[in-house]
Amino acid sequence: MRRSPTSESLWMRALLMAVGLGFMAVLVLLPMAAVFAEAFRHGWVAYRNALEDPLALAAVRLTLLVAAIAVPLNVVFGLAASWAIAKFDFIGKRLLITFIDLPFSVSPVISGLIYVLLFGSGSLLGDWLSDHDVQIIFAVPGLVIATMFVTFPFVARELIPLMEEQGTEEEEAAIMLGANGWRTFFSVTLPNIKWGLLYGVLLCNARAMGEFGAVSVVSGHIRGLTNTIPLHVEILYNEYNFVAAFAVASILTLLAVVTLLLKSLIEFKFAPEIRAQKG
Amino acid sequence: MAIEARNICKTFGDFAALDKVDLTVGDGELVALLGPSGSGKTTLLRIIAGLEYADAGRVLIDGVEASRMHARERNVGFVFQHYALFKHMTVFDNVAFGLRVRPRPVRPPPAEITERVMALLKLVHLDKFHDRYPSQLSGGQRQRVALARSLAVEPKLLLLDEPFGALDAKVRKELRRWLRRLHDDIHITSIFVTHDQEEAMEVSDRVVVMNHGRIEQVGTPEQVYHQPTNGFVYDFLGNYNEFVGWKDENGDVHLAEDDLWEAQQQAAPSPVLTSRPHWLSRYPELTNAIRKVIPGLPLPTQAASNRAFAKMTRSQMRALLAERGIPVRVFARPHEMFITKTPDDAHEYIPVDVIHINPAGSLAKIELQRKNGTILQAEVPKTIIDSLAIKRGDHVFVRPKNVRVFE
Repeated sequence: MRRSPTSESLWMRALLMAVGLGFMAVLVLLPMAAVFAEAFRHGWVAYRNALEDPLALAAVRLTLLVAAIAVPLNVVFGLAASWAIAKFDFIGKRLLITFIDLPFSVSPVISGLIYVLLFGSGSLLGDWLSDHDVQIIFAVPGLVIATMFVTFPFVARELIPLMEEQGTEEEEAAIMLGANGWRTFFSVTLPNIKWGLLYGVLLCNARAMGEFGAVSVVSGHIRGLTNTIPLHVEILYNEYNFVAAFAVASILTLLAVVTLLLKSLIEFKFAPEIRAQKG
Repeated sequence: MAIEARNICKTFGDFAALDKVDLTVGDGELVALLGPSGSGKTTLLRIIAGLEYADAGRVLIDGVEASRMHARERNVGFVFQHYALFKHMTVFDNVAFGLRVRPRPVRPPPAEITERVMALLKLVHLDKFHDRYPSQLSGGQRQRVALARSLAVEPKLLLLDEPFGALDAKVRKELRRWLRRLHDDIHITSIFVTHDQEEAMEVSDRVVVMNHGRIEQVGTPEQVYHQPTNGFVYDFLGNYNEFVGWKDENGDVHLAEDDLWEAQQQAAPSPVLTSRPHWLSRYPELTNAIRKVIPGLPLPTQAASNRAFAKMTRSQMRALLAERGIPVRVFARPHEMFITKTPDDAHEYIPVDVIHINPAGSLAKIELQRKNGTILQAEVPKTIIDSLAIKRGDHVFVRPKNVRVFE
C-alpha cells in the first residue's frame, strides 16, 4: 500500500497515538472517572443528600451568581477591547494587548491578594469604602472582581485574531450603504464573530465557575455566604467528608463536560455556516 | 454629479500619501485613477468616499462642501477590491441591505425593496442566484453582487477600488467591458482605481495618472498614451525601450553611454560587428574630449584616439559624455523600433542579437539583446520579418524611429 509522503511508519504512528491517548487517559479520563466513583461510593442517596445540603446549595447559587455577573461584564470588556485593538490604532494599544495576557501569567493567588490589599481594611481605599458601608473583600463584590480578573482574557483572546483577520472592509461597506454604528455592529460585525464569541463565553464561563485561587483569597470562606463551589469542595475535603466533597466536585466536572459538548455540538451543527464565514 | 477635490494632502506618519492633489470629475464621467501601488490613488478615492479624512484640502460633491460630511451621508456607492460582501447574508439580503437600513420615513416598503433588488440582480445577471451565499459564488459573480449592492441605494457617485484586481485575466476583461456598458446605460459619475494601464485605457473616459502622491497627468486615454507629459507617464502607460541619451548644443539627441560602450567593443582589435562605430566618426572633437578626461595623453592620430578610447573605463566614459551635453532619458515604444540587417550611414544603430520571436498576431514581437545584456522589445509587421528573413540568433541592427525625450 502506498503511503502519503507525510505519513510515518506503522510503529511510529502507533507510538504517537499511544502517547497522545495515554496522556489523555492518565491525566483526564482516570481522574474524571475517580470523581464520579468517589461521589457515588455510598450510593445515590448519599450523593443526593450531599447536594441537597443547604450549604452546598448556597455554594452553587453563589457560583452561578458570580458567573452571571462576571461573564457578561467580560463579554462587554472583551468585545470593546478586541474591537479597539483590531479595528483601529490608538496610543497604548500594545500596552492593552500585553495587559490582556496578564491574568494568564500572574498566579491567581497573587491577584486575589492584590485585591485584598487594595480594598481590604487598612488600605486607603478600603477604609474609605468601609466608611461608606461598602464591603468588597469577604463579600460577593470581591468574588466577582477576582473572578473577572482571572477570566477577562478569554473572550478578548478569542476575538482579537478573528477580528484582525476580518479587517474593517465589511463595516466600511455597511457605512457606505448608510448604516449607522449600532446597525453596523449588530448586522455585520456581530454575526461575523458570533461563533468566536460563543467559544469565548463558554470558556470564560467554565473558568469563572471553576476559579479557586483568586477567589479563595478574597472570599474569607464564610460558609453559606462567600463559599463558591470550588471553595466548598475544599472545605468538605479538609473535613474528611469525601463523599460530599466529590459529589459537589462532580457538579463542576459535569459543567466542564457540558461545556465541551456544547462546543462540539455548535461546531457540528453549524459546520457549513462556520465554513462559509471562513471562506 | 460633479466632484471636486482641492489641494488634498494626507500623510501616514512620515509618508506623504497625497501631496496637494487637485482633481475635477465632471457629471457622468468615468474616470480612472491609475498609478503604481503607493501612489496615493486608493487614499484619494477613500477621501472622496469619506472613509478617510484629508489632513488638508476640501472635497466638493456637486459644489457642496463634503469634507466634514460623514461617509454615510455622502450617498456614494463604493466597491471594494475584495468585494466586502456580508458573508452571512444571501445575495438578496446583501443587495437589500442599503435599503433596509434607511430610517423608517424614507425606507421603501418590503414589496418595493424586493422589486428593486431583483431588478438590480437582473441587471448584473445574477437574479437566479438571489438565495445563494457569497461563498457559493465565483469571484466575478461576487464582484457583480457588490456592484449591485452599491447601486441599490441609488448613489450620486460610484467609487470602485481596484474592482477587478482580485480576478483572473479572462473574467477581468469580461467585467471591464461590462462596466463600460453599464456606465453607458446608467451614466453615473464614476471613479475607479487601478494599477493596470490597459484597464484604465479600455474603460475610462479620462485617465488620471498618479505617482508618489501627486497627479502626473490628466487626459483622455489617447492623450496620456500619445502625448505623455513626462517620463513617468510614458513609462507607466505601456511597454517601452529606454536608452540613455545626451542632448548636444544643437538640441540633437544622441544615444549614449551604453552605446558608447558598444562602440568601444567594436573599436577593440578584433571587431565582432561590422557596424560603423558611430560615436567616433560623428564627433571630430572626440580627441579633445578624451584628452580632458585622461589628461596628458598624447593623441596625435585618429587611430591612437581609437586605441585610447578602447581602454577607457566606464566612469571615464561617463565623464567624457558629461563634456558633451545634457543627459536625457530616451524612450521608444516597441512598435517604434526599426529593424534591419544592413545599417545605413545616416543613422545611429544599435547592434543586437535576436533572442526570441513571438509570431502570434499580425505584429511579430521580437526580443533583442544588446551587447550590454539589456533586452529591447520590438513589434514589427510579420511581412517585414519574413522579407528580411530574420530568425532567432541573428545579428541585426535597430534604431528607434520615433523617440520621446525626458530630461
